[in-house]
Amino acid sequence: MMTAQEALLVAGMAAVTFLVRWPVLALVSRVNLPGPVLDGMKFIPAAVLTAIIVPAMLMPTGSLEVSITNAYLVAGVASGVIAFRTRNLLLTIVLGMGIFLFWRWFW
Amino acid sequence: MVSTIDSTRTQTRSAEFWQGVKATFPLVVGAIPFGIIFGALAVNSGLSVAATAAMSAFVFAGSSQFVAAGLVAGGAGAFIIILTTFVVNLRHSLYSVTLAPHMKHLPQRWLVPLAFWLTDESFLVVEQRYRQPDDSPYKHWFFLGSAIFMYTNWQLCTWIGIFAGQALPDPASWGLDFALVVTFIGMLAPGLRSRPVIACVLVAGAAALLLAGLPNKLGLIVATLAGVAAGMLAERGRATP
Repeated sequence: MMTAQEALLVAGMAAVTFLVRWPVLALVSRVNLPGPVLDGMKFIPAAVLTAIIVPAMLMPTGSLEVSITNAYLVAGVASGVIAFRTRNLLLTIVLGMGIFLFWRWFW
Repeated sequence: MVSTIDSTRTQTRSAEFWQGVKATFPLVVGAIPFGIIFGALAVNSGLSVAATAAMSAFVFAGSSQFVAAGLVAGGAGAFIIILTTFVVNLRHSLYSVTLAPHMKHLPQRWLVPLAFWLTDESFLVVEQRYRQPDDSPYKHWFFLGSAIFMYTNWQLCTWIGIFAGQALPDPASWGLDFALVVTFIGMLAPGLRSRPVIACVLVAGAAALLLAGLPNKLGLIVATLAGVAAGMLAERGRATP
């Protein structure tokens, strides 16, 4: 069963997501977003992804952990190199998970 | 991207629909692990089975669902998660801007469901279809085929993930929590080829670390905005040397 809080969360997420997707499509070409807004929006995915990834890699347990034994950091950097070179998302996930599990087992 | 769409054979509604399904197939294959990982991760981050399934059914935006599961696990409140969802999904309005001129003639009974089903994947193939020079009046049926295929697959994979996640008692011990990180790295790293994006990432990463102590993951939003500002500044600096 869903709690009331969860129902509120899902409804809120559904509402804001629809409000991002639909209005522009509905108002069609009459709306022209100002240039700076369009310029800025293309950086949002990279900025959000980074803001999630970096603390997850460097602070996996809540405090800064810059160490060769930190599997999140080592496998994260290796995955970044694989993704950059191959541009292959599936390969990155498979190899990255493999490196992560091996590194954690090894140390 | 090489076009796989055969525009000479797509002049009827059903032909457009099935061409949309066909063109979306590789992207559906790519989305399968994410749907499964999402379902497993979400039920293990503290979301109920019903809320996990409802999120896939009613929100239908993969990366924001991952982020929401991560935020739930981190104990963030609903307001911050909804605000973060908005920020993560803002890029969809760019897709709408791009597709809107082609969809002027469509009534709301088409626009509302197609807007709901707009994803990164469908945007990629539908935009390609609209750019083709043939004057097929049924290109929105192509969009419909792509969208329904992506949606059905996402629901199925979420449920598979929910059951897999319940079978594995502690996903942290299986490294499932790293799956989220590596998925995001795989989405981010290939794009790090221009100076503005690199500036954006450096500033967002540094800010996220410095602000990690802020309550309710507020640091995520501030770091995102700082990264966007850095990217825009770097781009402007390059445009006027």
